[in-house]
Amino acid sequence: MTDDRRGGPADAAGQVTPARELLSAADVTRTIARMAHQIIERVADRETGSLAHAVLIGIPTRGTILARRLGAAIAEFSGTEVPVGSIDATLYRDDLRRGPARALAVTDVPEGGLDDLLVVLVDDVLMSGRTVRAALDALSEHGRPRAVQLAVLVDRGHRELPIRADYVGKNVPTARDEQILVKFTEIDGVDGVALARTTGGTG
Amino acid sequence: MKHLLSVTDLDAAEATALLDTADRLKQALLGREVRKLPTLRGRTVITMFYEDSTRTRVSFEIAGKWMSADTINVSARGSSVSKGESLRDTSLTLSSMGADCVVVRHPASGAAHRIAAWTDRDRAVTGIHTSIVNAGDGTHEHPTQALLDAATLRERLGGIAGRRVGIVGDVLHSRVARSNVFLLATLGAEVVLIAPPTLLPVGVEEWPCRVSAELDAELPALDAVMMLRVQAERMHGAFFPSSREYAIRYGLSPERAALLPDHAIVMHPGPMIRGMEIAPSVADAPSSAILGQVRNGVHVRMAVLYHLLAGASS
Repeated sequence: MTDDRRGGPADAAGQVTPARELLSAADVTRTIARMAHQIIERVADRETGSLAHAVLIGIPTRGTILARRLGAAIAEFSGTEVPVGSIDATLYRDDLRRGPARALAVTDVPEGGLDDLLVVLVDDVLMSGRTVRAALDALSEHGRPRAVQLAVLVDRGHRELPIRADYVGKNVPTARDEQILVKFTEIDGVDGVALARTTGGTG
Repeated sequence: MKHLLSVTDLDAAEATALLDTADRLKQALLGREVRKLPTLRGRTVITMFYEDSTRTRVSFEIAGKWMSADTINVSARGSSVSKGESLRDTSLTLSSMGADCVVVRHPASGAAHRIAAWTDRDRAVTGIHTSIVNAGDGTHEHPTQALLDAATLRERLGGIAGRRVGIVGDVLHSRVARSNVFLLATLGAEVVLIAPPTLLPVGVEEWPCRVSAELDAELPALDAVMMLRVQAERMHGAFFPSSREYAIRYGLSPERAALLPDHAIVMHPGPMIRGMEIAPSVADAPSSAILGQVRNGVHVRMAVLYHLLAGASS
């Protein structure tokens, strides 16, 4: 969603060493397919195999794209279309007063709300867990889901809250002053995940 | 953004950012049972109104409350203003009490600018930062009205750039007209002021708009027509022969509204005097965006409070 969440505190310095590739375009596709299979396996009703009670909600910007990709993969593998939405957590963040007012992103919760649904919250990178906390608060305003699970493409550690992901594309141990750069074809023209180190910052 | 005093302080990017925020806030609240966001918890918004108002005051109060700010209303009647306290003392008193934002409406043009200057000077001493929002100062400006009109135009016409908007009636006394002319021009619209020459302000030829006296000739080419109320309370002279003649020449009758293109919308900042500047059947027709303007007013004012108060104080 915003750069500072994916990177360390030194982002403002802007000096980034050449990135080291963590996932290639093919790896990204494969990882998303694996996550889709895991979601189907864990979410499908044990007796009927139905996915009718599930909904994927992405956290903008790249979480929403990942949610759409996962939705398409789930439809391909299971033959069931799972509704996909997005929820902007900006209004619920705990760090709003630490910087200038942030731009808001799209909120698009499927009609009918989230009551009694199994919500899979989707984001690109999990770090402190603060964005997920904000998104959970935002979700609760749209109804009372049966359960909420979390899917992330990259878990880079450095948690500051008791939050863990249910589906992880790749675990990447990182230093705080490193940055995870996630790119998706839809907005970046290319798929890929890279690790970069910021230099000259305070991190 | 520190204060919102005039639309001329906003460039196209800033104005568009405010409109985008308003759209997102509308989305975030859509279909929810509990219309409450935690974003401005612990912030205090005081509305200070020296003139009567329904829409502006209530929508600022709702905007603040929906974002969890504490909102307090002060009106000239019933406050120490009636005991003779000056505008400066009243506004600095409110700021000293810890108001993060003071929304002010005043009959004198430039009142909000003066208050902003006083609170900025006071800030150097006290360290208290108070944002001032102009909610209408005399015949000068009404920035949030122009923003909500722009939001409505964008929503109903799909865009603002290149659209032609007619503003009809008492331009002389209208802060809404002035704010709209400058904001819509900034956003790329073509604005036409349509009014009898007696109701045009001095210097209007320097505004970024065209002026016309012929309503019927302009209507067929407009994408939106904004009718203004004749502000009898500000008129201390004869500006037109009679209300009846004004209604006949500049009122939006059903026959006149039929001259508009099919896609065009009818707007009015309110309060409207039915039968004077707008016929009741036109005000209630599907092409009327008047209640949409009111709805957008809440979201636009939420966006303004968000941009002023949500981030770190600069």
